[in-house]
Order: sequence, then C-alpha cells, then structure tokens
Amino acid sequence: MSNLQKLLQELQADYSQLFRSSSIRFGELTVVTDVDHIIPLLKNLRDDERFRFICLLDVCGVDWPERKMRFEVAYHLLSPYRNERIRLKLQTDEETAVPSACEVFPAADWFEREAWDMYGILFTGHPDLRRILTDYGFDGHPLRKDFPLTGYVEVRYDDAQKRVVYEPVELKQEYRHFDFLSPWEGTAALLPGDEKSDEPSGRGAV
Amino acid sequence: MEHQIRNFNINFGPQHPAAHGVLRLVLELNGELVERVDPHIGLLHRGTEKLIEAKTYLQALPYFDRLDYVAPMCQEHGYCLAVEKLLQLEVPKRGQLIRVLYAEISRLLSHLLNVTTQAMDVGALTPPLWGFEEREKLMVFYERASGSRMHAAYFRPGGVHQDVPEQLLQDIARWCETFPKVLDDIDNLITENRIFKQRNVDIGVISLADAWARGFSGVLIRGSGAAWDLRRAQPYECYSELEFDIPVGKNGDCYDRYVIRMIEMRQSINIMQQCLERLLSTEKIGPVSALNGKVVPPKRGEMKRSMEALIHHFKLYTEGFHVPEGEAYAAVEAPKGEFGVYLIADGTNSPYRCKIRAPGFAHLQAMDFMTRGHQLADVSAILGSLDIVFGEVDR
Repeated sequence: MSNLQKLLQELQADYSQLFRSSSIRFGELTVVTDVDHIIPLLKNLRDDERFRFICLLDVCGVDWPERKMRFEVAYHLLSPYRNERIRLKLQTDEETAVPSACEVFPAADWFEREAWDMYGILFTGHPDLRRILTDYGFDGHPLRKDFPLTGYVEVRYDDAQKRVVYEPVELKQEYRHFDFLSPWEGTAALLPGDEKSDEPSGRGAV
Repeated sequence: MEHQIRNFNINFGPQHPAAHGVLRLVLELNGELVERVDPHIGLLHRGTEKLIEAKTYLQALPYFDRLDYVAPMCQEHGYCLAVEKLLQLEVPKRGQLIRVLYAEISRLLSHLLNVTTQAMDVGALTPPLWGFEEREKLMVFYERASGSRMHAAYFRPGGVHQDVPEQLLQDIARWCETFPKVLDDIDNLITENRIFKQRNVDIGVISLADAWARGFSGVLIRGSGAAWDLRRAQPYECYSELEFDIPVGKNGDCYDRYVIRMIEMRQSINIMQQCLERLLSTEKIGPVSALNGKVVPPKRGEMKRSMEALIHHFKLYTEGFHVPEGEAYAAVEAPKGEFGVYLIADGTNSPYRCKIRAPGFAHLQAMDFMTRGHQLADVSAILGSLDIVFGEVDR
C-alpha cells in the first residue's frame, strides 16, 4: 500500500465527517469538502501529529459556469514531515461565502484576495479582502469564463487632458477563437442508425 | 512645548531601482522605523492564466518564459511536468539530462542576478557588473540550444525541442571549469565585506515555523533551517541519480539566504558537470523527447519521407494535442522556490484552467511581517533577499 493510500485511510478513519469524497489520481490525493467543514479540516490537517500539513502552498478558484455551484476553490497543502501533498476542494457560488483560512494559515491572505479579484469568490473573516492584481477601480472578475479575453476597457495617455483615460475596447477586427475541435471526435451522441449496432460509438469508443 | 508627532506615509516605487521591477510599497513610518508595509502588486499583470485558457497546450508554453524572466526554463519545466503527468508521458534519459542541465543553468542565471543585485541594493556597484558578464555567457548557451537568449520555449511536453550539438556541451563543460574562479572573486568581494554584513546579518529574520505557515519554499525555507529541496524530497527527472548537497541556514536572516545562494551555485556547477559527463559518454546518442507521435512533432527529415509524420505535423501545429480529462499539480524547485502548475484538463486541446503557483507571490506577502520594526533602509535589503521578480508575482 502506498503512503498516499495510508494517509487516505487515516483520514477516513478519524475525519470522515469532515469531507464528502476522496480520490487518488496521478499520485495525488484530492479530498472534496464543503464550506462548513473546510476550516476544521484545515486545522486538523495542520495540528494532527500524524499529518502535520503545516504549509499551505496555494489557494485558487476555478469557474464551472454550467454547474449549479459555479465556483470551485482548491487548496494545496504540503506536509514536509510525511513528504506528501494533499488537495482540498469545495464548491461555492457568487453568494455563498467561504470562511477565510487566514486564521489557520497566514499564507492564505493574498491567495484569497486573488481568488476574490479573479473570480469574485467571497471569503468571510478575511482581514483585508481588496483586489490585488487588477487595476485600481477595476470592474468585473477577469478569470470568469464569461469575461471576454479582450476585456471591456483599454487605457491610453491623453495628451490634451494630461492623464491616462479609460475607453471601451475597440477592435479593428473581431476577436476570433479557433477551437480546432474536430466534430467527428467531439460528439458523444449516437448517430442515427448506430443504436442498431453492437459496437460502441461516439466519444470514448476505440 | 508640545510637539505634534504623527506617522509618515511614503511610497516606495513603482519606479525604484531597489524595487526589482514594478512594485509599489506603501510604507507607514514612525521616524525611520517601519510600522506597516502594504505592497501594491499587479502593475505587471498580463492575465497569463486567462490567455492560457484560450490557447492550445503548445501555444501556452511560451507564456511561462515570461513569468520569472531571469530563469525562464524552470517555469517551462513545471508546465511540461504537469502536462506530462496528465498525458502519462515518459521523457527519455538524454532529454532528462538536457533538461536538468538547462534547469541548473537557469538557477545560475537567477542566483547570479539576485546575489549581485542584493549587493547593489546595499551599496556595492561592482558585483552586478561581474555577475552580468557571466549571465551573458549563460544566455549564449541558451541561444545556442533554443535560438533565443531569454524566451527559449525549449522544454516541450515530452522532452526538449531539439538535440544539442556536441560542441555546445563541450563549451558548457569548459565554462563550468572557469566559472568557480569568478564565483571565488564575488565571494571575496562580498561575503566577508563589513558593510555587506552590517546590512544583512540579523536583518529580516524569520523562524522556521513562520516560514512554513507563510508558504515559503526554496532558499527562504532553507535559510530558516529546513533541509527541504524538491530536487531531493520529491525528485523529478533524473535528480535522484545525481549527487549534490543542499545548503541549510541557521539564522533565517538575509545573510544566510545570500550564503545559501552562493553555495547553491557551486552545487549547480557540480550537477551540470555530472549531466555533461553522461551526455558526452553513456547518453551520447538517443532521443531527446518522447516518441509518441500524437504529442511530439516529427523531425523535419522524417516529414519529407513519411505521410504519417506529415499528418502528425499538420495536426499538432493547427489543432494541437488533446489532453485527457483530469487535474494535476506539478512542482519544480525553481531558483526562487516551489514553482507549481495546477492544470485542469477537460479533454480538449487547450487547458481548462491553469493556475500558476509562483514562489515570489507567497514570499512577497510576508513583506509586511518581515519588515515591521526594521529601519527604512532595511526594506531594500529584505526585498533583495526575498528574490522577487514581478513577471511571476503579477502573472
């Protein structure tokens, strides 16, 4: 049994009430939890003598607009004692606030500010939830999937007004996105007549 | 007579040579003592993560050169490892050795810049001139392998773009013999220098527990006393077959971090020599990238003769390769610390989400914690020892 499976077993034995599901893929352990249990889970992972995940490496958001809870927040932790990593994930939306991990790991501060700035994910109990990467007075959350790649405003220095001015983006040519997805590979639906065949078809068929 | 005493707010940057790029620090001062530091970052934000989502996996690669632009190939390395993890690709030994060789060249590039500019931040002007001379030679090695001095795009998913000529390997080996002399000179100039020590010893001290809690990695965590190096702890490529030492500090101050960087440069030379020896003997011939035609483009000559190779070439440079659904986090020991790439693939030809975990981002946010109670002049010394590059902090 690998160390990772051992770690997962220990987690399941004592803290199974704190998470919903878990999986090991590509040699990485992912644990799915929710907004209510993330802080106790982080605390236990940090303080339990067997785990000692004392280093929070990263907190980031992911946008899945088609889901009911559109945002996912992923935490990456490292335990230098066990030499293992773990990923915690939870789901949220525009309204549901995630409790801030700043109390447990001071490192979470800027990462949560970034998630707020880029996705508009709310964190409660954060000491200073300001925008971090975007411009002063920026509007919108650029990493959301419905935010256009070209953005909404562009800036230039206006010689007459002697200052930088913001104007709506004007493109000489419409932004074109080539997805290059092959229609023959992309469809998962049965083609008419295929249901009569015994052979599987569509995506995943070899 | 009663004096009215108030705290003073000043702006440090965004255009200040010691800010190492476009950093705006709002400093709250009580006399000369720093009460609070509020770093304003994002002035170099280019939306790399957003752009990557609109590109194919191969087109996304050159963006990584532009993150930490003083050690470009280490970033590519992290990204390639993440893609390879998802594709479950194996890199041939010669490819691995070339990658390690160039990753260590990148480490030298970064450390040379940092060590010498840190000396400049505290008043010495000569070291950067000496350091840049050697960096120039290293960038020529970059250019001879990839065609580009900085933005190499040389590491590709599956291996490296092209094989390196034997002459280049011999030239690197010759440089490895002359470089320790230059390092000795820099050592003699700075390490025992009274002013340099006065400005760095016991400045910006951080305890090991604090360093872990603040997400530190790389030189900063080693400076505080942890023998933690991903090349040793969680080896990738062929680092487990190579011999090298990991310097560990005792005091967690700016001076320890400087000394660690100096020793690491000597260790990098050591690693490079081991790679070169194998590249010139046992691994002299062999593929430099995986032979999976669905991911790695064919050789030019092959394209002229094989129809299949031509089709692969056309498909790879228009549509690109598809990565099966899944998520992976891959980390490398970049010169500045743990550089991680969290990649979510949705089965198409472009990443669904690519989170770049830059070490500098975590380090810079501890600026307030580390600087409080220090003198104003120490701000630049601490900033220099954190080794910040804004390409990766702002992304």
